Amino acid sequence: MILDQNYETLPREELEQLQVERLQSTLYRVYRYVSFYKQSFDFNAVNIEKIKSIQDLAQLPFTTKEDLRKSYPYDMFAVPLRDILRIHSTSGTTGKPIIVGYTKNDLRHWTDCTARLLAAAGVTDHDVVQIAFPFNLFTGGFGFHQGAEQIGASVIPSSTSTAEKQIMIMRDFKTTVLICAPSYAVNIASTLEELQIHAESLNLRVGLFGAEPWSENLRAQLEAGLHIAALDNYGLTEVIGPGVAGECEHKQGMHVNEDHFIVEVIDPKTLDPLPLAQEGELVFTTITKEGFPLVRYRTGDISSLIEEPCACGRTLRRMHRVTGRTDDLIFIKGQKVFPSQIEEILLEVEGTAPHYRIILDRQEGNDTMEVQVEILESFPAFDELKNLERLRDTITRKIEVVLGVEAKVTLVEPRSLLRDSGAKARRVVDNRTL
Amino acid sequence: MLKIRNLEAGYGKLRVLKGISLHVSPGEIVIMIGANGAGKTTLLKTISGILKARAGSIHFEDQSISTVAMEEIVNRGCVLVPEGRQLFDTLSIKDNLTLGAYLLARRGKRREVKERLEEIYELFPVLHERQDQLAGTLSGGEQQMVAIGRALMAGPNLIMMDEPSMGLAPLLVEKIFTTIARLPELGKTVLLVEQNARASLDIADRGYVLETGQIVLSGTSQELLDNHDVQRAYLGKDYKRIEELS
Repeated sequence: MILDQNYETLPREELEQLQVERLQSTLYRVYRYVSFYKQSFDFNAVNIEKIKSIQDLAQLPFTTKEDLRKSYPYDMFAVPLRDILRIHSTSGTTGKPIIVGYTKNDLRHWTDCTARLLAAAGVTDHDVVQIAFPFNLFTGGFGFHQGAEQIGASVIPSSTSTAEKQIMIMRDFKTTVLICAPSYAVNIASTLEELQIHAESLNLRVGLFGAEPWSENLRAQLEAGLHIAALDNYGLTEVIGPGVAGECEHKQGMHVNEDHFIVEVIDPKTLDPLPLAQEGELVFTTITKEGFPLVRYRTGDISSLIEEPCACGRTLRRMHRVTGRTDDLIFIKGQKVFPSQIEEILLEVEGTAPHYRIILDRQEGNDTMEVQVEILESFPAFDELKNLERLRDTITRKIEVVLGVEAKVTLVEPRSLLRDSGAKARRVVDNRTL
Repeated sequence: MLKIRNLEAGYGKLRVLKGISLHVSPGEIVIMIGANGAGKTTLLKTISGILKARAGSIHFEDQSISTVAMEEIVNRGCVLVPEGRQLFDTLSIKDNLTLGAYLLARRGKRREVKERLEEIYELFPVLHERQDQLAGTLSGGEQQMVAIGRALMAGPNLIMMDEPSMGLAPLLVEKIFTTIARLPELGKTVLLVEQNARASLDIADRGYVLETGQIVLSGTSQELLDNHDVQRAYLGKDYKRIEELS
C-alpha cells in the first residue's frame, strides 16, 4: 500500500521543486547554525545562493565520516540541545562514535519514513510486528518501532536475544512480520530447522531485512526457510536510521524517500557525479532534518539507481542493493567492524606482529569471525603453551570488549601469513555466501 | 498552481529577495511567515507584477508570469489584497467591490458582476447591510472584509493577502481568518503573508519562514508550530536563556 499518496507519487517535476525548496532552506540553516558547514562552504568558496537546482549540488563540498567523528559529540547539531528530543549513535568502534540528534519534527519524519517502508511491504494494523533489532543507542529498533506504531500494528520490541527466545515469541504471540538483520533471520531460520518447527505452522508472512548487505540468493533462502515474503531496506544512522529506502511488493529495488533525502552517485576515486544508473558511491543530502542535517554525505556504500518508474505507482527513484564498500568495512551479526580496528587492538597487545588475517564464515546460519595473528619471534618464551594461551585470551577479550563481537583468535607462526609484497595485503577473507 | 524558483527582487541597489523557491498547490492555504523587512511584501508585489523580478522564474498555472503585465496577471486569476487595505475611502462599499470586477465589467458582463457581488455579500453579510456606506467610515475589520471581497470580485483562482490581520483587534482577526479558511471551499487557493504566525498557522496547510530574503524553513503548519525557532521568533514563546553545551 502507498501510505503517503501525495508525496510518494509526486510527478518528478513537482518533486524536484520540493527538493530544491527544501535543499535551499537546509543550506541556509546549516550555513547559519553549523560552524563546520560555514567553514567548509567558505573554504571552498561556495556561495549557497548559487545553488539553484539539484544539479548544482555538485558544487558543494562533501561531508565524510571523518568530519562527523571530529564533531563528537554535538558539533554538527544545527539546533541547541534543548530542541533535541532523542539522541542515537553509531557503534563508534573506531575512536569516537557519531552522535545524532532528532527534533520533534525529525522524529515525526523518521516515523513517516519507516511507516512508508512497512506499508510498502504490506504491513497493516492487523499485523503483529516483531522487531528483533537492538533497542539501544542504535537506530534500528526504535526507528521501526515508531513506524510500526504509526501504521497501527501490534508491536513486539523483542530486541536481540537468543534465536530460541525469538521463535518462542514468534509462535506464542502469533507474529506476522519479522524485522531484523538478514544474518539474524538466517539464524532464526536455521534454529527453526533444528527445533523441527515448520515455518508454515507459524503466522509469519512478511520480513523486512536491512542494516547489512544481503543478496537475492539469501532472499530465496529466507523466503523458503521462514515461509515469508522477504523485503530489503536501507538506512544509516548518520542520514536518519532505517527508513532512507525500502522495497515495495515488486521487490525490484528500494524506493528512496526522496522528499526527505536527495541521493547522488559519485565516482569514489575522482569524486565526480556519475549518471544515476551507473554504479558508484551513494551520497545523501538530508533536506528536512532540523537537528542533524547533512550535506552530501559520503556513505561508502556502492550501488546504483533505477530511473525507470516502478509498477507500484510510486515516483520515488529506486536504488539497487548495496554491492560493496569503498572501504573494507565488515558486516558481522549486524555490527560494523573495520579491519583497522582489529589492527589497533593487536598493536596494543605485546607479543604480536601487526600481521593478521580475518576469516569470515557462516556456520549453521551463524556468522563467525576468526582472527589469525602472527606472534613475534621476540615474544618471551613463545614456545610455552601457557603464555600463548594467555595472549590469545587477552586478544579475544579485547576484541569482544571494544568491538562487541565474538572472535575466534588463532595464533600462528611468525611469517606464516602470506604477504603480497607491495600489493595491499588481503586481510579479510569472506567465506560467507550472501 | 504557483511555482517560484530562485526568485530575486529588490529596490534599486537593495537586494530584498535573494533567490527564493516556493510553490502553492491548488486548494491550499500557504502562509509566508517573516519579521519586518524579511521580504514578504516584496514577494507578493513581485508575483503580482508590481515589481519586476531580477532573476528566477514565476509560474502561475504552468505559464511564466514574470514578465507579464500586472493587469494581465489579475486577468489570469492571481489577485493581491494589499497591505493596509488600500480602499477608496470616498466610495461606497458596493462601488469598492464592483471595482474589483473591473475587467469583467469592461467586457460588459454586468450579470456576472452582480452574481459575484451576491457571493461576496453571502460571505460577508455585514457588507450587504452597509453596501451604501462610504468605505472610509468603516472599522478596520470591515475594511479588510471589503479588501478581500474586492479581490474576490476579480474571480481569482489564487488570492494573495498581505498581512490581513494588521491593526485589527483579536476578535476581528479571528473573524477574518475564519473567512479565509473557508476560501478553499469556494475553489480559491490562498497565499498569505503574515506576522501573526499563531492565527495564520491555525488555518494554513503549509508554511514557509522567510528571513532576510531567504527561506530558511518550510513545512506543514504543525511542523512549523513545533519548530523551536518559529516558537521563539514568531509565537512569542519565552525561553530562559541557558548556557549551551559546547
